[in-house]
Amino acid sequence: MRISAMPEEEYLLEGNSACHGCGSSMALRTVLKALGKNTVLVVPASCTSVYQGMYPNSAIAVPVVNSAFACSAAIASGLKASLEHKGMEANVVVWAGDGGTYDIGLQALSGAAERNEDIIYICYNNEIYSNTGIQRSSATPFGAWTTTTVHGKREHRKDVAELMVAHGVPYVATASSGHLDDLYRKIRKAKSIEGFRYIEILSPCPPGWKYSMERTVEIARLAVETGMWILYEYENGILKFTGVSKAIADGKKRMKDVEEYLLLQGRFAHLNAEEIQEIRRYVAEKWRKFAGMRGDGHVVAAEFFV
Amino acid sequence: MKELLLTGNQAVAHAVRNSGVEVVSAYPITPSTPVVEEIAKMVERGEMNAKLILVESEHSAMSACIGASLGGVRAFTATSSHGLAYMHEMLHYAVNARTPVVMAVANRAIGPGWNIWADLSDSMSQRDVGWIQLYCESNQEIYDSIAMAYRVAEHEDVILPVMVCYDGFVLSHTSMPVKPDDLREFTGEYEPLWKVDFENPETHGNILPPDYFMELRYEICRSHAAALKIMERVEREFYETFSRRTPLIFESYRLDDADVAIVTAGAISSEAKIAVDSLREKGVRAGLLRIRCFRPLPSHRIVQALRDVERVYVFDRSVSVGSEGQIFQELRSAFYGFQSSPEICGYVVGLGGRDVTSEIFENAVTGRINSEWVMEVVV
Repeated sequence: MRISAMPEEEYLLEGNSACHGCGSSMALRTVLKALGKNTVLVVPASCTSVYQGMYPNSAIAVPVVNSAFACSAAIASGLKASLEHKGMEANVVVWAGDGGTYDIGLQALSGAAERNEDIIYICYNNEIYSNTGIQRSSATPFGAWTTTTVHGKREHRKDVAELMVAHGVPYVATASSGHLDDLYRKIRKAKSIEGFRYIEILSPCPPGWKYSMERTVEIARLAVETGMWILYEYENGILKFTGVSKAIADGKKRMKDVEEYLLLQGRFAHLNAEEIQEIRRYVAEKWRKFAGMRGDGHVVAAEFFV
Repeated sequence: MKELLLTGNQAVAHAVRNSGVEVVSAYPITPSTPVVEEIAKMVERGEMNAKLILVESEHSAMSACIGASLGGVRAFTATSSHGLAYMHEMLHYAVNARTPVVMAVANRAIGPGWNIWADLSDSMSQRDVGWIQLYCESNQEIYDSIAMAYRVAEHEDVILPVMVCYDGFVLSHTSMPVKPDDLREFTGEYEPLWKVDFENPETHGNILPPDYFMELRYEICRSHAAALKIMERVEREFYETFSRRTPLIFESYRLDDADVAIVTAGAISSEAKIAVDSLREKGVRAGLLRIRCFRPLPSHRIVQALRDVERVYVFDRSVSVGSEGQIFQELRSAFYGFQSSPEICGYVVGLGGRDVTSEIFENAVTGRINSEWVMEVVV
């Protein structure tokens, strides 16, 4: 789908205070276009709770409930139950960062997923606590500089999308701020499904990742092209690669070396050859694992990324 | 209306059903667990038209109630002790978000060492979060308080959450006769302050800069003050509807001509009443002021009720560590600046379920207890 074919209605308004080149605001704009008017956002503490604007103004043109950090999935559960009880049709959607999803909000997220609450949970993952000023989260990749990992993080990131697959919820998808058409399609699909839906969007952050603001889309795409971020959908127990990740898995496109992605970002500037090799090893291992989970055919290109 | 034999927890569940609660979210903890077990049965049997959200923590239970209340329905939860402590952040949240959730708190000590028995430490520790707090003496009062709590909480001049507190086991697991009046008409309809409106979308709870924040807090304080007036009205209306006097602010027991007054909250008040009767038989003109509403603190009304007595004996079943019992602190503070203030003495009693007997009150009044901590176990 072409971006020009998306609805003209804007629900994330001009003048919001997101940074220039913010991957999350691009994604939110697209998500709200896909969801439409009858949507309530539940937003925990995050960059979005800042760039939505200060009272009495708001840059978001659907009803928004601001949540405490740990409990957006629980607030959304109560809100959905309430609206359902009143007979109101509404998409109740959590819009949370990786801090609010991977770390402090994980318990409430897991609870809501297990209860199969009829809500859409979207994590915009910029791989750091960006709103508090670039600290590590458990979504921060190995080697990345943050203000609390000044020599680079020593652990690999965890993967909550995979964890949601393990919960067996009706729909899980990964997406990227560099592929808004794919994101739009996945949100539309999620909207048509009942029960708990989880979508995680890789959202590059210029100040946090230390790159120039005009390169957000390029970097988001490189994350997919180098295999650092895998695009997929999980539905009815079947995992399917999508977009560029599918082309790579099918052997139609060669995976680029991770260095192409890492070298563009200041957060990885200090990495030595050994650390870069460790990231290569991690990507290969991840792909092998996902190749085994693939439900729509074999991964032809598995040998390419060892 | 035929009386039923109900435990405190069952009284809560019946009142919740009969008050027209639409969303219940909870996490089990002793001794409040049976409240939600009972409600789950009622929902399953189709006796209660409510959605039950069985969450993974008390923090989420309160969060789900806040979400439900924002969505425009009447929400309820129950908890105790560590569960209430774990909710702390969301207790603040419910106040500033102006969500009139009602919560039953079966009071219990906080560990470690693990202690499941009654004291008021859990709810007293939450006195500054902005919830209205009611304390109960009997299961009928628990039943009535749930309905009255919704009336106060949802009143347009109030719009604040209310916790209905009752001693764990002493009330929560003890059966008493309760008149299960139909409360539906009395509780009326809930009209939320903020609405999910897709035509006129509004953002709830975004950044509130210094230019506005103090007004938000000031309004909450004003609503607390207004709540006392609303409580008087609700008390009256409750009596007119059910011909039963259930005090909401405090109860005065043989206080009119009293020289000495005992002040309590919760289940120990029944023992205090026995002490008052016994002291009167011995020629001591004693009375009792039983606090029902601790937040907002009805300071003026308490001063009016106690200003003519010579001595006041305050019994706290909790303590502000590093200071004194909370009710004792606040009573002295209420009398500050009054020339004819009675002498006020404070005692800490009954922590972690230690028995509080009528003898303790009597011994304090007759001068046979000299310690501020009443530790002895009276058999």
